[in-house]
Amino acid sequence: MLISLILIPVCLAALSLVLPWHQLRSWLLPTAGMIQLVLAVLVVLAKPQAGEWIGLDALSTLVLLVTSILYLGCAFYAVDYLALRQDRGNRIIVPCLLVFLAAMSLAIISRHLGLMWVAVETTTIVSAPLIYYNRNRLSIEATWKYLLLCSVGIALAMLGIMFVAYSAVGGQAEVSLQLDWLLDTAPQLSKPWLHAGFIFLLVGYGTKMGLAPLHSWKPDAYAESPALVGALLAGGLTTVSFLAILRGVQVMSAAGDLIMAQQALMGLGLFSMLIAAIFMVRQPDIKRMLAYSSVEHMGILALGVGIGGLATFGALLHLANNALTKGCLFLTAGNIQRSYASKNLREVRGALSCLPLSAGIFLTGFLAITGAPPFGPFLSEFTILRGIFAGGHPWIAAAFLILLATIFIGMGATVLSATQGESPQVSAQFRDRLLLVAPPLLLLALVLCLGIYMPDPLKELLDAGVALLEVTS
Amino acid sequence: MTDINSIILLVVILLNFFILGSARLVACIRAVALQGALLALLPVIVHGFSLHSLGLAGGAFLFKGGLIPWLLLRAIREVRIRREVEPLISLVATLFLGAMATVAAFLFADQLPLIHASQAGVLVPASLATMLAGFLLLMTRRKAITQVVGYLMLENGIFIFGVLLSTAMPLVVEAAILLDLLVAVFVMGIVLNHVNREFSSINIERLSALKE
Repeated sequence: MLISLILIPVCLAALSLVLPWHQLRSWLLPTAGMIQLVLAVLVVLAKPQAGEWIGLDALSTLVLLVTSILYLGCAFYAVDYLALRQDRGNRIIVPCLLVFLAAMSLAIISRHLGLMWVAVETTTIVSAPLIYYNRNRLSIEATWKYLLLCSVGIALAMLGIMFVAYSAVGGQAEVSLQLDWLLDTAPQLSKPWLHAGFIFLLVGYGTKMGLAPLHSWKPDAYAESPALVGALLAGGLTTVSFLAILRGVQVMSAAGDLIMAQQALMGLGLFSMLIAAIFMVRQPDIKRMLAYSSVEHMGILALGVGIGGLATFGALLHLANNALTKGCLFLTAGNIQRSYASKNLREVRGALSCLPLSAGIFLTGFLAITGAPPFGPFLSEFTILRGIFAGGHPWIAAAFLILLATIFIGMGATVLSATQGESPQVSAQFRDRLLLVAPPLLLLALVLCLGIYMPDPLKELLDAGVALLEVTS
Repeated sequence: MTDINSIILLVVILLNFFILGSARLVACIRAVALQGALLALLPVIVHGFSLHSLGLAGGAFLFKGGLIPWLLLRAIREVRIRREVEPLISLVATLFLGAMATVAAFLFADQLPLIHASQAGVLVPASLATMLAGFLLLMTRRKAITQVVGYLMLENGIFIFGVLLSTAMPLVVEAAILLDLLVAVFVMGIVLNHVNREFSSINIERLSALKE
């Protein structure tokens, strides 16, 4: 049953290669998205026994549900988006998006570090054509940087995995990289190699996730790719890479070295927030601004897990909030960009008057992501803040608040000048269309729900996730 | 057996220097192919004949020694460059840095808490030296294709370390890793082709429009 999460998108990708009709090919995406979400819910409810290779635990359940919802939204958006881009065609983008879904699901459900690596590397490769969709100088530059930096980063993660395996070589048993086996034998692992392995895993998957200072590909790739690809990368892929890092944290925690892992995450997290704050002030490009916002929120996730306890709970909740809000923001930013044929504040002004719906959702999404109540990110960031105080780090809490305030002001300046004021020209080329507006609106509504009411199953899931990360041995 | 092992690793380190010091792209690619093919023998020599080691060796030989270099050679034929690589720092300086890195790798490996010290004795420093040489190439060269060669050297270095682990990576996963590497280089080749078409050059210095 679990395996069908991977097989169905792959089969649909093969089908999309032979289908001759543009429109029908586009509709394969929402089909795959719906099947994915239904299957994900069924699988989660069925609670299958975790196998040797694939299986579900609390962490992967959370990530699977979040990415499935996000993918479904992006898939419906893609139908109308690709209809507008008939000239560019969808012969390449549709199969790549479907294989991307399969690879992402495989990375989420894999229980073997090697298999997980293969899946993450596959997402890197299939997202390269997605970033290059617009086929101009800027997008090829972004693609090259993305491909090379992420490949090197992922290669370092492989080295990290090998170090982890080597740390087990001294024991008597046959060495395996199966996660449950590693967790069981963690106390006997050779410490220096395990530590080195974790650091390389963090650096490698951190590159993929876009933690500063390893984020340099991120603004370029997100800004030059189509909006729906930006949404999938910022909401989906980063979340999956974070899950890969969490697997490393799990092993460290089982080996009794949680403190060291937490310190590394805390440092990278705060640094990412700082870098994001610096580059977001006076940022003239709305999509680059969103990319730095993604760097910021990756930092918040790392910081939350780095603090531990209540903050870890907040970080796992924030993982869901960030993915859904980022999806909403990227999709509406794409609408604004299309209407003005630009994403720079030089041209983009007064979007509310010519694109009331998209710009309205964009503005509300901005309020949500910067932590304004009553949206989900407010709740999760507040939980992380409480966790930081509870952990006895008042200085980190102060830095956290100052950085969040700076980012709010910086992002606010850009977003307000993009949406408010007089529109320079009345653009008739593009108006809000149903499928281009409904998905971001629904994602936003979901984020609002998460902020107002937390259902009990979700709370149990998050608690189970925290318990997995913080084994007290 | 350790003798053959040491000889292979010695040649691998010499090939690192050859690539760092060579000014011809085709020679660099051939050298990295030879390096990959030699490394493919290591699993069999270290672990003896078994399904796992033979499969790994065969796959690595085919991919690292054959298909991947072939893809790269095809890519440079299409973009019609055989000109000298243009390093950011001179070849002599690169070689010097490479020598320093190799010495550092050997000294550092001595400090490491290795488990089967005799077996790991040459493998670990050779692996570190190859990875460092790959990084050096990634950082100091202008041509995008030389960066791909650097990436391949980095992968080769990681492969040498992987030999220590015997069966920790199941064969299926090893095959998938090699396949991923192949497809990555294939996609890089296509992107290179498009870079060349857009910029009439594959100097990465031209790729500098995107910045703050």
